[in-house]
Parts: sequence; C-alpha cells; structure tokens
Amino acid sequence: MAKAIAKDTEEKPVTPPLATWAPAVALGWLIPGGGHFLLKRTGRGILLLAAVTVMFLSGLMMRGAMFHPQNGDLLTVLINWGGFLGDVCGGIFYLLSVWLGYNQPDVAGHVHDYGTKFLVAAGLLNLLAVVDAFEIAAGRKD
Amino acid sequence: MPKMTLSHFEAAMLFSLCTSVVMGVVTKRTDRERLQYGVYIFACFVVALFGIGWLMYLGHG
Repeated sequence: MAKAIAKDTEEKPVTPPLATWAPAVALGWLIPGGGHFLLKRTGRGILLLAAVTVMFLSGLMMRGAMFHPQNGDLLTVLINWGGFLGDVCGGIFYLLSVWLGYNQPDVAGHVHDYGTKFLVAAGLLNLLAVVDAFEIAAGRKD
Repeated sequence: MPKMTLSHFEAAMLFSLCTSVVMGVVTKRTDRERLQYGVYIFACFVVALFGIGWLMYLGHG
C-alpha cells in the first residue's frame, strides 16, 4: 500500500505554483524567446526570436493568409480552428499584423500557400518555445 | 511590406532551417547536444526533401 502511494507520488509531476512560471509563459507567448530572456537564457532566447521572426515575416512577405475560426463539417472546423490557434500562438507578430490591418485573402498559388503555412508554423514554433520556458521556470530543465 | 517569391525548394529549405533551430534549442539539455540535434534535424529535412522530390519525379514517369 505504502509502495503504491509512493509510486503514485513519484509518477505524477508536481505542478509548480503559478507565480513561478506564468510570467515566463506569458512573455514567451507575447514575444518569441521572451520567456527565455526573462529566465536569463539569453542565447537560446535570441535563437528562438530569430527563427520565429524569420518564419513569420517570410509568411507575411509571401502574402500568406491568416485563418479565421469557422464552423461546418469536422474537417473545416479542424483546419480553421487549428490554423487560427496556430496563428494566435505567434504572439505580438499576430496581434500587430491584425491591428495594422493585414488581411490577405486566401488565393491560389504555391507562394501564398507556403506563406499561410509559414504563419501557422511560426506560431507553433513559438508554442514549443513557450513549453520550453515553462519547463525551465518549473525547474524541470536548465 | 515587400513581396517575397520563393521556389518550392527555397521555401522548404527556409522552413527546415527555422524549424531545426527551434527544435535544437528546445529539446536537449546541453549546448553541444542542442547543436548536434539541430544539425541532425536539418539533415533529416534535407534528405526527406530530396528523397520525396525524387519519389514524386519518378512517380510521374
């Protein structure tokens, strides 16, 4: 019994207090690599900022389209909501481009198509960076 | 905002480069491991790019 309880407590990672990781996660979402800067991982933060920025700006310059939430059949919901969430993960780049009126319609062509995927991928890469910042802030990695 | 027109190859290489950098940074625990993993991921992307490219070329006949 005692062994089972001990095993249970070993297997479940303890969630650290919100105050230890929330600022790094929030800043990491808003500014790619920001969480790493806050946690004094400057080199890694610069690399993340550069990679996400290059990808997002390339997507904009290729005139990629932003996804908008849309309901309908399952595939439509998955693609549009998934794409929208990916775009939003881009943080300040997404917010700025929407606030500054970027509204590229979805048109045919491989360059536009790559651009759309680059915009989503930039957000997803930023999401990976945010998860990494969380793990560092939670003390699970250096 | 200037317009950028990339070929399939250029876009895929740019995608591979940015993704490899992030994957390398977030996955491993030491800088040496991160660099090695980033280079490995990039090499995998390039091999897949050429491999799938050739498959599509040969598949078209």
